[in-house]
Amino acid sequence: MSQVTANMPESASSAPSEQATAELNRTWASPAGFFGWFTHVNHRKIGFRFIMTSLVFFVLAGVLALLMRLQLITPENSLMGPELFNQLFTMHGTTMMFFFAVPIMEGLGIYLVPLMIGTRDMCFPRLNAFGYYVYLIAGIVLYLSLFLGMAPAAGWFAYVPLANDMFSPGKGMDIWTTMITFIELSALTAAVELIVTIFKQRAPGMSLDRMPLFVWAILVMSFMIVFAMPTVMVGSILLMLDRTLMTQFFVVASGGEPLLWQHLFWFFGHPEVYIIFVPALGVLSAIITTFTHKRLFGYTAMVLSLVAIGFVSFGLWVHHMFTTGLPHLGLSFFTGASAMIAIPSGVQIFCWIASLWGARIRFATPMLFVLGFFAVFVIGGLTGVMVASIPFDMQVHDTYFVVAHFHYVLIGGAVLPLFGGIYYWYPKATGRLMSERLGRWSFALIFIGLNATFFPMHQLGLEGMPRRVYTYLETMGWGNLNLFISLSAFVLALGFGLTFLNMWMSRSRGTPAGPNPWDADSLEWATDSPPANYNFRHIPVVRSGTPLWDDAIANERQFVSGLRNDRREVLVTTLVDAEPQAVVILPQPTIWPVLLAVAVSIGFIGTIFSPWGFWLGFFLSFWMIVGWLWPRRPWQEN
Amino acid sequence: MTFRCRNVLVLAAALVAESSIASPPNQTALVPASDQAAGIASLWMAMLVGGCLIFVAVMLILALGLWRARRQEHRLSHLASRNLVIAAGVAVPLAVLIALVAGSLFLGNNISSRPPDGALHIEVIGWRWWWEIRYRDSQGELIATTANEIHVPVDRPVRLSLTSEDVIHSFWVPNLHGKTDLVPGQTNSSWFTARRAGTFHGQCAEFCGTQHALMGFRVIAQSAAEFETWLAQQAQPARRADSPMLRRGREAFVSAGCASCHVIRGVTPPALANAVKTDSKNPLSADVRSLSKARTAARDKPVPAPDLTHFGSRLTLAAGTRPNTAGHIGGWISDPQGIKPGVLMPPTMLEPGELTALIGYLQSLR
Repeated sequence: MSQVTANMPESASSAPSEQATAELNRTWASPAGFFGWFTHVNHRKIGFRFIMTSLVFFVLAGVLALLMRLQLITPENSLMGPELFNQLFTMHGTTMMFFFAVPIMEGLGIYLVPLMIGTRDMCFPRLNAFGYYVYLIAGIVLYLSLFLGMAPAAGWFAYVPLANDMFSPGKGMDIWTTMITFIELSALTAAVELIVTIFKQRAPGMSLDRMPLFVWAILVMSFMIVFAMPTVMVGSILLMLDRTLMTQFFVVASGGEPLLWQHLFWFFGHPEVYIIFVPALGVLSAIITTFTHKRLFGYTAMVLSLVAIGFVSFGLWVHHMFTTGLPHLGLSFFTGASAMIAIPSGVQIFCWIASLWGARIRFATPMLFVLGFFAVFVIGGLTGVMVASIPFDMQVHDTYFVVAHFHYVLIGGAVLPLFGGIYYWYPKATGRLMSERLGRWSFALIFIGLNATFFPMHQLGLEGMPRRVYTYLETMGWGNLNLFISLSAFVLALGFGLTFLNMWMSRSRGTPAGPNPWDADSLEWATDSPPANYNFRHIPVVRSGTPLWDDAIANERQFVSGLRNDRREVLVTTLVDAEPQAVVILPQPTIWPVLLAVAVSIGFIGTIFSPWGFWLGFFLSFWMIVGWLWPRRPWQEN
Repeated sequence: MTFRCRNVLVLAAALVAESSIASPPNQTALVPASDQAAGIASLWMAMLVGGCLIFVAVMLILALGLWRARRQEHRLSHLASRNLVIAAGVAVPLAVLIALVAGSLFLGNNISSRPPDGALHIEVIGWRWWWEIRYRDSQGELIATTANEIHVPVDRPVRLSLTSEDVIHSFWVPNLHGKTDLVPGQTNSSWFTARRAGTFHGQCAEFCGTQHALMGFRVIAQSAAEFETWLAQQAQPARRADSPMLRRGREAFVSAGCASCHVIRGVTPPALANAVKTDSKNPLSADVRSLSKARTAARDKPVPAPDLTHFGSRLTLAAGTRPNTAGHIGGWISDPQGIKPGVLMPPTMLEPGELTALIGYLQSLR
């Protein structure tokens, strides 16, 4: 293996022959055709599917929200009964948290991280594909249950004893517990994969302190997933055992403990919010770096803030339980921790402001979403500090004030950056820019719509309107505000709709983007848009934190050569300094991940209806794993 | 910046929209009627003012930073950036948060401390989807049982013992105090001192199933004398049916099956609630199979329902959902599912004459 320095443009001697490039492209190609589709393992294919699938769930959950707003538009509305409404808000929360927010962040990571760190694929491509099919099947089954009228109706938090079989008979909650276990399985596979890829496959020279902040954010998110998701899996499995095998973990009459569920759920549930928020911070950093055309101020402080958020977010879960009768002294620690997490968030915000200060910024659509983030997220953060106060939380807990708070945090803190990121990276994935005109309209409608929808909810909560109510009496006087909110919700929906329209139309009509339309600094912009099958013709060598800008100044690029073209080789580097260490051969496209996902699904879903489902799933999965692991010599393939 | 202006406009529009709404101030945290709610309302006002200041300051700093570049690039030096982050990102938030956490813990400690001696003791038991209320004297003896309506004296501390017999509920009267959950298997407590007379609305605040939305109740704060009169009257057994019409109503109450769930002290046998409670006392002795049968059986058998001994004296019926008038009583008896779909009370078909007699009898139970 050797390092090659090439002038820009590449000099003739180091330019690869067309034949070699074609061979490399064939080696990394994904099979065509309908059946070929199920064998894809390439990270860009899988990441793109994660993103598109979670956007579909975003739309579905948004439609559910609009239906709920239609029901609440007037007092004592008879549009729908409580059974349906309770299913809708359960599905809205479950979908947004489990099937949209986390998967889309994972999808962004899976799509972008290998490009950003300069490698050709992720370390466990088949596991990647398996995680996607598990996610897809879980989502389809959950929505089938809604259309069959047997959806869960105990809330996305599924508090026991309400979620026990005594108070929630029927299959809805069984489907919920099973699918939650299932989707977390998918999240864990993605997290493990992202961690190993980030640690071991960075381009030579990309030491940890040269890693883009987005990659840092994905790394922190992945570690949080590894520690948070198991507790909700434990919780949902215990609940499933209670419901199907008559265990008594949560049955009060037998000494079961309802608060045990709340601890298990929120020990996952609070980090979950930050699992969604942390990658969005990475998106913001990427966009701000590019549009200010300078490395962000306070790189080290930003990284430490991300890591601090990751740690502290595991010490906040009891602030969801301030009204459950736990002793005040115990609760007060969680007030302290909840306030403490405002500090790393504040550091990040002011590092960005310091970077934006006095910079000549092009106010393209991604940047508008970033500015929108500042206004909306600061409001959400301030109300977040308010609800960390125990006495105040006793008033507003489980009211519309909290609904307002977390929609400000999640839409402001995650969805706005995410949509900024969609406008920002769309040209990389498709080769075309999205329409600026539609983008501005979309941003304006989203910004107005979300403030008009959620700001008045603060008032409603203080005026005594609890959450999760399918109706309210006319004498309560909440009618006018609810009418205003319901109408505003449609403005918000229209704003999101315009971005989807923009995505659809720009596929064929957008301005061709070229490799680096924003003049950005990180490696994903060093290759074609969309990238060829092999991502990078040559693995780049990184010499700074903003490699593309510094290469342009130095007017030369360095590459690694010596990877073979006829098999899927990637370079493995050391953890801290990213010095070349080894070459690993990755597996070919294969059908086994989808077969294993189907087998595991048969086990999980079958268990809801009969204990035999478990045995069937177990043996089927066993054979699929045998097929997956069947020894072969990768260097002899092709 | 157009961006900031738009935001301010939205805020202003929302505030105008809100101020134009005259809501009845009897279920709001903003019009406190007790020491505890007043403390929380002051904390909220302080946080609201502080929050607005911080929001405006951050937006101004951001706007100023963007404004600096209107003609030419004008970046901050490394030192100035560092000072900005340390001052605005660490030092100021730290000071504000320490003050806020200290103030909040001080208030929280006051609120959660033990109530003073001589507090009135009221037990609240959550059921799907109504509230059982029990008054006990200082020796712990039961004085009276009622439902969905709590009377309290002004200026005397009231101690609440809160528990649930089915799922988790949450007791919340915003004008009087923040909420406390009713968790099955444990008894939580809370206390407040009402400072002015009035009728306040409360509502379940923890999602508890189908009819969570319409699980309301009333708290009536009144003078000590009025309260004592009311409690003494509630402690009496039911008023005798002393006319043929009332007797016919009482017979309808028993024959139509109302009495299998509802109690009228002096008319029907002791509460079913007690029977259910003794059931659940020693379940650990049962093996899993019989336990499962018991649970299936418990799902099907009639559930305890509000004590109706002094039903006629209450302001509302169906857990705060309808005013307690003859028309609404009739509608509720014949079609409870039409008013609260999913409620556990079955519809009761009665001849018109019988229904009228039953309504008259229930209204007579003052």
